[in-house]
Amino acid sequence: MIDKFRADPMAALAPIPSGASVAVGGFGSSGRPDTLLDVLCELDRRDLHMIVNNVGGDFTGIGRLLVEGRLRRVTASFPVLPEFYDEYFAGRVEFELIPQGTLAERLRAGGAGIPAFYTPSGAGTMLSDGTFPLGYSAAGEVAERIPAKEHREFGGREHVLEYGIVADFALVKAYQGDRKGNLRFRLSARNFNPLAAMSGRYTFAEVEHLVGTGDLQPDDIHLPGVFVDEVLLKSELSPRQPSIAGQPS
Amino acid sequence: MTQAATAATIPGRSRDGIARRLAADLGDGFVVNLGVGIPLLIPQYIPPDVEVILHAENGVLGMGPLAGPGDEDPDLTDAGKQPITLIAGAAIVDSALSFAVVRGGHLDVTVLGALQVSGRGDLANWFVPGQNPAVGGAMDLVAGARQVWVAMEHVDRAGRPKIVRQCTFPLTGRQVVTRVYTDLGVFHNVDGELRLTECAPGIAPEVIRERTGAPYVEALG
Repeated sequence: MIDKFRADPMAALAPIPSGASVAVGGFGSSGRPDTLLDVLCELDRRDLHMIVNNVGGDFTGIGRLLVEGRLRRVTASFPVLPEFYDEYFAGRVEFELIPQGTLAERLRAGGAGIPAFYTPSGAGTMLSDGTFPLGYSAAGEVAERIPAKEHREFGGREHVLEYGIVADFALVKAYQGDRKGNLRFRLSARNFNPLAAMSGRYTFAEVEHLVGTGDLQPDDIHLPGVFVDEVLLKSELSPRQPSIAGQPS
Repeated sequence: MTQAATAATIPGRSRDGIARRLAADLGDGFVVNLGVGIPLLIPQYIPPDVEVILHAENGVLGMGPLAGPGDEDPDLTDAGKQPITLIAGAAIVDSALSFAVVRGGHLDVTVLGALQVSGRGDLANWFVPGQNPAVGGAMDLVAGARQVWVAMEHVDRAGRPKIVRQCTFPLTGRQVVTRVYTDLGVFHNVDGELRLTECAPGIAPEVIRERTGAPYVEALG
């Protein structure tokens, strides 16, 4: 009998160890798994590698992990939070900056068994030529750069080799989910969630509504439960302000 | 604000004027992605007999106007995280499919602002060294859209040309820009050759020549 629903989020996420890589869904505050991120904060894990499009707009969730010094690396396209850059330039967190479409496809590819792929995005720029600083020293010097990416020409155009991402864990948010882990998203809160879920070796889904098995029609399931290991209910205990509006993506 | 000094001396198009001029070139049925800045002014100037599908990187095809007060839905935003509405017939996709639309050549046009554009169509618009780096979808958009149109002021705040022989800011993409719409005129890039195709009303070709840092040919009229 498959029942992926878990009532206790602290117990559910406890197996995430320090040093883990964690793919997280959401675009700004839209579709962000706030309850799961709150729980991760409470677990006091360190040395985490977060793979996520944005680093929040405040000091909750990933913003809190950041200011508490619990992140080793962030892979993202648009961090937003100004304090993220303070930490980055001070050498306290590494920053793998990649184009947004590359982030989405790397997560998808990792979950789909595609180890690497070529994309035109970023070819011939400092995000692929080996010059972008991955990390700084405490003295503010560049300590390490994102390695140059392999370039190859297809159809007369330059492309770069990008690697699929298989994260140790994934945290995603859906509108509805059932006990088999089937998920349905709502409007643009879908964004990175199905891709982060695919990328995770072990995936936690936070849902607004737990629905009965069979209530989601097969044609209406956006992500089948094969990609989801545990389903948890969104908590209403810590409602969030929407992240800063008007920021570019 | 930024071009107050320039605007006082050269009566070119306003930011709205640039948006209106560019909107007139959008074709019926185009799928279009709009960046921040002047491009966001474009929707209000799309001619009534032209239907355009607006794409947002976070997975929206068929964006409508911004949501009014009280109508905001936290599950429905544009790529700038502003609450939006949808048109009838809109579709929602995940981020991977959204960028498949972009890179797969299914976007007719992306309209972007720019720090600099080179004569051969290189674009710099994502990063000013010394500031906080973030890229979002800019590099995917310029790599994948069938056409990349830039909407920008012709010169920067200091009066320096933004159309340059070679970009000094970090590149977003190489040889990607196909058109440039500025307060002073319109340029087309045809097979790597930059052509001035029209001057804004009241702007003489010499005025543009003096304020342009890259070689181009005049193909007016």
